[in-house]
Amino acid sequence: MSTSSGPAEERNWTVGLRKRVFGALPPEKLLPDSQPSYVASWIYVFGVLTLSSLAVIIGSGTILALKGPGWWHDSSLGHFFNSVHLWAVELFFFFMVIHLWAKYWMSAWRGGRARVWITGAVTFVIAIPCALTGYISQQNFDAQWISTQAKDAMNSVGIGAFFNLLNFGQIYGYHVFLMPAIVVALVVGHVLLVRRHGVVPPLPLDAELAALGSDPAAVTEEGN
Amino acid sequence: MFAAIFNLNGHASYLSWHFIQVSVPNVVVIVLALVVFVVALFARFPGGHGSKGDDR
Amino acid sequence: MGYRERTRALDDAARVWKGGYRPYDLVKEASIAVGVITLLAVVLAFLFSSPDERPLTIKGWAHSDPADFVTTALSELDGTSVTASYGPPYNNASDGQHIAFIHLAKWLGVAHPINAPLDYVINPLRSIQGNSTLQQAVATYTQAPAKQQAAWTTAYGKGLAKVNDSVTGVHSLTSASYGPLPTMMDNLLTLAQYGGLDGNLLSNRQFYSTDYTKILMFLADSGFLAARAQSEHLLGTQWGMMNETGSFPGQSWLWLYTFWYQIKPFSTSANADVLVMAIMGVLSVAFILIPFIPGVRDLPRRIPVYKLIWKEHYRSS
Repeated sequence: MSTSSGPAEERNWTVGLRKRVFGALPPEKLLPDSQPSYVASWIYVFGVLTLSSLAVIIGSGTILALKGPGWWHDSSLGHFFNSVHLWAVELFFFFMVIHLWAKYWMSAWRGGRARVWITGAVTFVIAIPCALTGYISQQNFDAQWISTQAKDAMNSVGIGAFFNLLNFGQIYGYHVFLMPAIVVALVVGHVLLVRRHGVVPPLPLDAELAALGSDPAAVTEEGN
Repeated sequence: MFAAIFNLNGHASYLSWHFIQVSVPNVVVIVLALVVFVVALFARFPGGHGSKGDDR
Repeated sequence: MGYRERTRALDDAARVWKGGYRPYDLVKEASIAVGVITLLAVVLAFLFSSPDERPLTIKGWAHSDPADFVTTALSELDGTSVTASYGPPYNNASDGQHIAFIHLAKWLGVAHPINAPLDYVINPLRSIQGNSTLQQAVATYTQAPAKQQAAWTTAYGKGLAKVNDSVTGVHSLTSASYGPLPTMMDNLLTLAQYGGLDGNLLSNRQFYSTDYTKILMFLADSGFLAARAQSEHLLGTQWGMMNETGSFPGQSWLWLYTFWYQIKPFSTSANADVLVMAIMGVLSVAFILIPFIPGVRDLPRRIPVYKLIWKEHYRSS
């Protein structure tokens, strides 16, 4: 392995990608064994609880998908896994909302972390239709009612022309593959951005802020 | 084999205030989220060593 | 310090942490969290299970509410049902919803065509073999001029509104002014009660079917589905989007979507759906872009929840 940057290596795409990836996320940043001293509150656990809920959603959803959409109506074991799936979704939104409140009140987008906020907020917005397609994939009265109600909103903006909530086959595909793939991709991006930028430092108290303004040396321009 | 211990298949109760209507189960979830948020703000976090919360 | 200066200073001060660190075990924490949530989800599943109310069928509907079934079928035949008059993506009966000059529904066109009279009444009746009286009645109806058809459906509808809700009540409807409709509707009701319509309305251009558009639109036109939903507190006007069957928590994260439908002008607008979607679209973009919106992004500094979050830090520094 070479770390010097000769002209040949500058043209090497692989070397370029490696440098970018490991420059942004060296192993000790990706898997840290220390945290800034201010990361000391229960308010910090809701991110990882949301992630864990997503893991349980995907685990239980995989079992439901392995057995097919009709299984859980006839089998008590199937119904049990459906219940785990539903409650994991409730937990996912529950913890995600608390995480969101916490991050808002920390103004956690400071210090070049706008993309962390954006990926998180988009995940929230995308998780809603992801859940909707799940409710419609239930094949019960709930699915009949929710699909026929929600179709009007889709049709009103033209989405209904290619995203037909009344077509079970289409919506099931969205629910078991397309939507989860998007959510997981967003969450992976979100987590990697957090690891890259670190947990946002505390807001300065008023006195500290005044000092910041009068002392340009305290301001660090280079991002991390 | 896996019958629920609490049967939630009966009709829910609803709280109404002017045009606002919320089911009691939803109120429970929303209030619980607020309570958990506030508790997390005030509860003492075990300091020093050991595993701590990270935020992702 | 001016606003821009202060925002810049706050931003820059948060880039790199130069203070102390404390030991931490990411993998251990993640493992514990996954364990705790798995346990929590399993316990909740054991305690509360999950709702699974049987889907409605056309067969069940025709049995328990025959007058509503025939009334709905008649509205498909005379073009007054929601489906028959919906517009895109099902037909060209109207332009669909729009905002000002933006007609997204119309522009994207009729993607899932439904011909309500043919799909819900005429074709199912034509599929019944060995009943020449019925086929004669269907032929009489389809070959009659539109004005005559309308006279029959109007007269039959008036008669139907007066019958008691039972199969014999529907079958007892006879009058010369109804034309061929009693024969047609009696047979359609019987077909539905035997479950023939449930299969007939699946889009079966081929053997396999996964598309329930036609049958769900027919059910949605009925009073039967809405009555069931109302009893479960699921109607749009009941904040139903947030609710779940039984006493389960529902999609409470939809509170803001369903909120708009409760207030004017949305609660009375024919374009409510497109208006609400537009508002939610704008609000969603704003939510995503909070870091760049003055005022909203400054609130956390003015309402100092942060002093609680980092109380240990401020105490020690």
